Amino acid sequence: MNAPNLTPVVAEDNRVAKPADTAATTRYIGQSVPRSGARKLLQGRGAYLDDIRVPRLGHVVFVRSPHAHARIVSLNLDAARKQPGIIAAVDGRALAEYCTPWIGVLGHLKGIKSAEQHAIAIDRACWQGEAVAAIVAETRRQAEDALDHVQVEWDVLPAVTDMRASLAGEQVIHPQLGDNICFHRELVTEGFDEAFASADLVLEKTYDFARHTGVTNEPRAILADYNPAEHSITVYHATQAPNMMQDIFSRHLGIPESSVRVVCKDVGGSFGIKVHVYADEMATAALSVMLRRPVKFIADRMESFLTDIHAREHTAKVRIACTKDGDILGFDLDDLTGIGPYSVYPRTSGIEGNQVVNLTGGPYKHKQYRANLDVVFTNKNVTCQYRAVGHPIAVALTEGIVDEAARALKMDPAEFRRRNLIADDAYPYTFPSGLKFEKLSHHQCLDKLLAAMDYDGLRAEQAQLREKGIHRGIGLAAMIEVTNPSPAFYGVGGARISAQDGATIRLDPAGMINVLVSVTEQGQGTEAVFTQIAATAVGVGVDKVRVVTGDTAITPYGGGTWASRGAGIGGEAVLQAGKALKSNILDIAAAILSQDKATLDVRNDQVVDRATGEHKMPLSELGRVAYFRPDTLPMNFQSELTVTRHYTPREYGFTFTNGIQASLVEVDLDTGFVKLLKHWCVEDCGTVINPMLVDEQIRGGIVQGIGAALFEECVYDESGQLQNGTMADYLVPMSAEMPDIEVGHVETPTRTSELGAKGAGEAGTAGAPAAIMNAINDALAPFGANVAAQPFTPQRILRALGKV
Amino acid sequence: MSETRIKTCVTVNGQSVEREIPARQHLVDFLREDLGLTGSHLGCEHGVCGACQVMVDGQVVRGCLTLAAQTDGRRVDTVEGLSDNGELAALQQAFLEHNAFQCGYCSSGMLLTALHIVRNHPQADRDEIRDLISGNYCRCTGYHAIVDAIETVLRGAGSALAQAKHNGGSR
Repeated sequence: MNAPNLTPVVAEDNRVAKPADTAATTRYIGQSVPRSGARKLLQGRGAYLDDIRVPRLGHVVFVRSPHAHARIVSLNLDAARKQPGIIAAVDGRALAEYCTPWIGVLGHLKGIKSAEQHAIAIDRACWQGEAVAAIVAETRRQAEDALDHVQVEWDVLPAVTDMRASLAGEQVIHPQLGDNICFHRELVTEGFDEAFASADLVLEKTYDFARHTGVTNEPRAILADYNPAEHSITVYHATQAPNMMQDIFSRHLGIPESSVRVVCKDVGGSFGIKVHVYADEMATAALSVMLRRPVKFIADRMESFLTDIHAREHTAKVRIACTKDGDILGFDLDDLTGIGPYSVYPRTSGIEGNQVVNLTGGPYKHKQYRANLDVVFTNKNVTCQYRAVGHPIAVALTEGIVDEAARALKMDPAEFRRRNLIADDAYPYTFPSGLKFEKLSHHQCLDKLLAAMDYDGLRAEQAQLREKGIHRGIGLAAMIEVTNPSPAFYGVGGARISAQDGATIRLDPAGMINVLVSVTEQGQGTEAVFTQIAATAVGVGVDKVRVVTGDTAITPYGGGTWASRGAGIGGEAVLQAGKALKSNILDIAAAILSQDKATLDVRNDQVVDRATGEHKMPLSELGRVAYFRPDTLPMNFQSELTVTRHYTPREYGFTFTNGIQASLVEVDLDTGFVKLLKHWCVEDCGTVINPMLVDEQIRGGIVQGIGAALFEECVYDESGQLQNGTMADYLVPMSAEMPDIEVGHVETPTRTSELGAKGAGEAGTAGAPAAIMNAINDALAPFGANVAAQPFTPQRILRALGKV
Repeated sequence: MSETRIKTCVTVNGQSVEREIPARQHLVDFLREDLGLTGSHLGCEHGVCGACQVMVDGQVVRGCLTLAAQTDGRRVDTVEGLSDNGELAALQQAFLEHNAFQCGYCSSGMLLTALHIVRNHPQADRDEIRDLISGNYCRCTGYHAIVDAIETVLRGAGSALAQAKHNGGSR
């Protein structure tokens, strides 16, 4: 009779190995526990969006503009409609009846402006790849075949593809806006001019950053299923922010928020690509409403290159002022970035440039700073927030010019940094751009890095090898990273993007723990770290915990996964929910055992005597009594075995982390090829929940940064045509070129939460390009050569050497 | 215009399948759409990323570059079948213990390449492993953990190789 469930919790051959030293205490925080819920992904049993099967599904493909800027003179879909299997062929005007347009601006980015954007463009296309019509068919092949039967007459308009030309404004992309400037920001500290006038050394350098993109292995994907009987919609979506999308579908499709369900199953990589509103995805949802049946869109790889948000494309001039003794007095920044024809909704395309302004000079203790930012429209694909948003730019500008200053002053770059990094006991600290740092550990990280890489040994080896004609370079890059953002990031600007997250935790009758969390799993291991936190907080084994994420009908309301916020914010919610559940469990145990609650504890799936550890009852027995035999409990006692807790970081705008990277490269002076020999990173993300997961998160980030530094570029010609829209032409880092990457940690827990975790998702990408640039320039220095335009291709290196 | 269809008899994960397959249909589409074997993924659809890899007669192929009708009379093994028959077990355990995957989208293809290495390059060192997996794109990890996992199976595990052979891995 209602006996505890004796079924094995996992199949015999699937048991999770418990680390020996944690088995006794069920304390998993800080342990490299394998991801228990992820085994399905290794057996081909995941459920990515394109794996979902629904009846009566329509497949949508889009007619996309072949021109960067063109007016639609005529668009004839009649012949396409007559092709086999076609359900509908729809233009922008027809679809606008089902989906209202949007403008990507935020209130706190003063003066930011953009033009109205529709789900499908009406009258005019503003970049190559913008959708101007949709075809829905019974199969994807039928829809693609019908594309050949669409007739469009274009009036090709002049394309603005150069950022400086855009800023000059001879051609204005959106005449109603008056000019091509999306966003402008400037700031200057008091005393800036005097500091630069009195400096012993002022250096200036201009850096260029190519456009690149996320190249998620799973393309963007959405399946929208409108139910006309309920006027409700279920949207299966490869997204990082289900509740944000729920709100957006609700407002733009005219469906009550609670009747919109966004379900995010397994996602094949995101990196910021899947956190934005895409016109073709909105069109897919609107088509489902229009056609009263489910509709699916899966981007093909060429569509990904043409329409997944791009990132970067900056030209920035930076100046540094120093004393002759090597003290940095200030930085001066002029940044110009081109974002495509629209500011992306709802996070805007002003954030990256804004971050560059916020973060340039970040690790150092100078007092003076001036910045000038122009964010301009162009007729290329839109850019927006991609992993590390602005950080790789700010870090490369800062660390590039810092190395130049050290070289000019004939100081060792490590020593120059030691002299100028903010002291570890200087916190809390307010930075010249206005940022507030709670507690950073630059000097601890620097020391640990130099020891790990044997800096002095490498310098000696470098000198010896130079004599043999082998040219190695060592590059350092210190950094800060924005994590755990407060409402100051988006909410204050009017965007309906949650800064808080929630966790609901439940003890099930058989003694298992079920956790629902509003942060999503994009593959980074969110569910695994929540499992560890919940198991630790309640006092059970990780094999007893199941985590559910990514379903707005089930999970608490929250922000999702972006800005390195999942572990720090969602994790704290799980911790607090777990502690509350444990307290409630002990209330029940005290009632059953007629014992003082304070004498009891939960350990290893058991209620135990707090002092002696003596087993009192398994949680499965407590669950049996609470759920099936509450009649045996005191008359006025009600058990509460489901608890919800939320967490919002508020004390600081962001919980900054810090770190430092080093790169060792060898440059072939004849071919211009750069061989990456080794890479190191020491970073401080506060409490490390799972070192193995953090390490590979850092490494993956570094490899994306290496991609930016050496390979990746969305190449456009002057007319706005993308020249390399395949994976054969757009180079991404593959394993053969990648070095082993050594990762170390300093742990400075944030005191703003009990868990103490800061983010770790973006540090790798933030610092790697600068470290590699500095390593290359270190190798090239004896030849008076220097590179400053990413990616650092063999051609650019040979040009710097004067060989081509 | 009606599509040309080709009668094809193929053994998929040990089971015989007979279908009239459109001449232009790719193997990965046939496996995913017609047989519901969604473990092989579409990443680039032009043969670069390797997410769609399956084995045909024991050789790793790109499912997006192979026509389904080409498998007539052949044996196709997917990540699902190679999981169920245990051939990937040692590699899967090593991938889990080394966190050699994040989103998992590349993993089915990566594991098949890893199985190819276990079967054919058991002496491979780290650099050779890096070369051998350089046809499989992973955007999440830094590849470091994948190299660690494969190296562990190669070094620790004469047993993995023996197990693969025991299961008919060296056909």
